Order: sequence, then C-alpha cells, then structure tokens
Amino acid sequence: MPMPFYVAPEQMMKDRSDYARKGIGRGKPVVAIEYADGILFIADNPSATLHKISELYDRIAFAGVGKYSEFENLRIAGVRMADLRGYSYGREDVTAKAVANAYSQVLSNIFTQEMKPYEVEILVAQVGERAEENELFHILYDGSVADEEGVVAMGGESETLETTLKESYRPGLNLTEAIRLGTAPLTADERPDPNRVEAAVLDRTRKGRRKFRRLTDEEVGGILKG
Amino acid sequence: MIPDPPELPLGANPSFFDLVRGLESPSTSPRAPSEGGSVAIPQGTTVLALKFSGGVVMAGDRRAVEGYSISDDEMMKVFPADDYSAVGIAGVAGQAIEMVKLFQTELEHYEKVEGEHLSLEGKANRLAQMVRGSFPMVMQGLVVVPIYAGFDVRRDLGRIFRYDVIGGRYEESDYAATGSGSREAKASMKKRWRPGLTHDEAVEVAVEALVDAGEEDTATAGPDLIRGIFPTVHVVTAEGVEELTEEPIRQAAETVIDRRRPA
Repeated sequence: MPMPFYVAPEQMMKDRSDYARKGIGRGKPVVAIEYADGILFIADNPSATLHKISELYDRIAFAGVGKYSEFENLRIAGVRMADLRGYSYGREDVTAKAVANAYSQVLSNIFTQEMKPYEVEILVAQVGERAEENELFHILYDGSVADEEGVVAMGGESETLETTLKESYRPGLNLTEAIRLGTAPLTADERPDPNRVEAAVLDRTRKGRRKFRRLTDEEVGGILKG
Repeated sequence: MIPDPPELPLGANPSFFDLVRGLESPSTSPRAPSEGGSVAIPQGTTVLALKFSGGVVMAGDRRAVEGYSISDDEMMKVFPADDYSAVGIAGVAGQAIEMVKLFQTELEHYEKVEGEHLSLEGKANRLAQMVRGSFPMVMQGLVVVPIYAGFDVRRDLGRIFRYDVIGGRYEESDYAATGSGSREAKASMKKRWRPGLTHDEAVEVAVEALVDAGEEDTATAGPDLIRGIFPTVHVVTAEGVEELTEEPIRQAAETVIDRRRPA
C-alpha cells in the first residue's frame, strides 16, 4: 500500500479553508438587515425559482451562499429537523440556536472528515417579539458560528459589502429604507433590476404563526422606483 | 441532530409522514392490543362539508362521547389543514387529533421543502394514505374517518373528499358528512342543499344539518343556546380558509331553531 505524504495539519486546514473561501467568493452575496418590524433578507439572484433565502420554521429563516447543491442540502435537513422538533415537542421549542448548533456540528464534521469541505456560508435568523430578541447566526464552511446584529453580509465581496452597509445602517429603519439600503451596494447598477433581487422578510407583525414572507418583484420594483 | 436524508434513488423525500414513520422505534409506535378491550375511548361524532358559490363550508358539532357518557362538550373537530383547506374528523378522538396534527405538518413540510404548495389532489391522496396507514388500529375498533375540503387554486373551485376506514378516497360533488350523525346530516342536506348557495345560506344549511343530526343521534350535540356552545364552522374560498366567529353561527342557529318553534 502506498504511503501518503505527510502533510502538517495546519497546512491541511489552511488548504481546505482556501478552497472553501474561493468557492464562496465566486458566488453572489446575500445580506440580512434588521429593520423596525423584523429581519429583511436580500440576495442578488437572477433565478426566480432557485432560492437563496427560504423559510425554516414559524419565526426562522435560512439563507445560503456558495454552492447551491450544498446549501440546498443543508436547508432541507434544517426543515426536517425543525418540523420534527416542533412535531415531537411544541412549536415554540424550535429555536434558531438549536438549528444553528446542528448546522455548526455538521459543517465542522464535513470540514475535517470529508474529501472536500462544503463551499457554503449560511445564516439562520429568528425574529423575536421585540427587536432586541432577534437572533442572527452566521455559520461558516468550517462550522464556526458568529452571533450577529444589525447587518450581515455573506458570499462574494462580503467584507467590503458589510463595511459599506454598516456605514449607513441605523437601528429602526422601515422596510422601504432597509430595502434601498440593502440593494444599493448589492448590484453595481445605478438602478438595480428588481427581477434580479430576491427579497424576503421575517415580519413579526404578520398575521398567523408563520412570519416568513417573500417580497414579489413588483413590490421590490415599486420600492426601488419610488 | 440533523437526520440524514433517507436512502432514495433521487432527490429528497418531501414527506414528513414518511420521515416520522422511518424514525419510529417499535417500542414507541402505537401497537394495537391483540384482543380488543372494552375501554371507553372518547369518540368524536358528526362533521360535514358542503359546497357553495364561493367554495366550501365545513362544520362540526362539539360533542365527544365515551360510551354512554359525554366526555367533552366543547371539542373541536374541524381544523384548517393549510392555507387553502380544512379537515374534519370523526371517530376515536385522540387518534384523530394526532392524524390532523401529522397531516398539517405534512402539508407545511412539503411546502417548505419543495417551495410550492401541493396540489389539492395531492393533499387529498396524502390523507388517504395516512388513513390507510392506521388500518391495523381499525381492526381493533379504533376507527378514524376524516372528510377533507379545500379550494383547488389551479382549477378555481372548491372540492370535497370523503374517506372510508381503509383509506378509500371519494370525491363528492355537492356535500358530505361523516360520523355517527352523518346519516341524518346527509338527509338534511339532501333536502336543503342546492347549487349556487350563498355563503350565509350555506352556513345555515350546515347548522341545520347538525341540528337534525343532534335530534336523532345521542352522540351529536346541536347548538346549545343556553350555554352558548355552537358548532365550529370553517369556510374555504379562493382567499383561503377562515374560521367563523361565534356571531354568524349563533345567528344561523337562532334562525334554524326559530323556524322550528311551535307557532
């Protein structure tokens, strides 16, 4: 049996990180912004059917960037986990923290044990009864989790994007302001094409238990034009 | 922990029902006793559905019985299944309510995984499979028979489905009823139903059918004006499913009962 060459663990982890980062950097970004009534998600996404943002549970949403097949896999596993927990315990026992923890475990295992790491970054967000109770968990390809506040950007150019957004962000924006803020740096165009913008909200004022809602192209277009 | 996707030839299975069934261990899954005991188990009684010009009305009485005694006089037997449909149940109450909970989760799970609603046809078939899944319990006398009504957004019409104990699915063109008082309820609707009923007329026909069922069947309760217990009524239209508040149901009940007072 041929012996593999020795590679220092530091080097191996670094190579994997570089690989994952490169994959994620190529993808289009997603941003999340806390606004007065909840949390807004905006993605630059030319497809109207292949979503980057979706509903996980009553108050919890999921957003992913990077390789579609990989974050889609994670999304479905998350929906399974959430529904199973809500069914066996109670609906209020499904929390973003539990889902984020599970994602973190899975991604960390994949990062260290699989042939290649997942080229994804995901965001699990939960809207609270009050703005202070919102939770945003940003999970990286290696399973590390960050608890974020205000504005989060993921994907290609996310660092510059986040800096730009944070400059003009202030707490308590209304939805129109938040959408304008989020779309401006996302697409380089002067007037972003609403068909390319995927937008959704977790709106705590929404009637019923499911707080997730997609914004239509017309809605986004109207706000960007006005 | 996030469960691994089940082994499937292609794609993820969007069914929550299959997921739960796959995770059940033999020790926790309900197994029917080999010989039927004579335990008194709460039974839900009459639920019905009928079409009207804008969609479907589904109504149920509030009584549950345990043998000859009343176990509950304020039970709910009609539930919204998702945004565009409602499910009504008759039979062993505990099992029926569990079936509704599973069915609601099943529809929501599919919607989230696939990113779109299941067709009404698909939902009705799924419920049939769930009823069929509980067939071993039926042999022990633990019978659950639902009716299902929804607004078919793709065909732009309200539809009603009736089931039998082994999961047979029958689409009804006008109205349907299930439970111990279903014979009387159906006989009542046969006389009062006609195509193109308005919303208010349909609610009145539904309440009257429950009054008739309550008069003939000990396990069914008509509206109780003294204690203020009224049937549950859900209306499904193109705008979605809505549970009626007490007021319109009370009015319909009073109209029906006033008509029957001796002059």
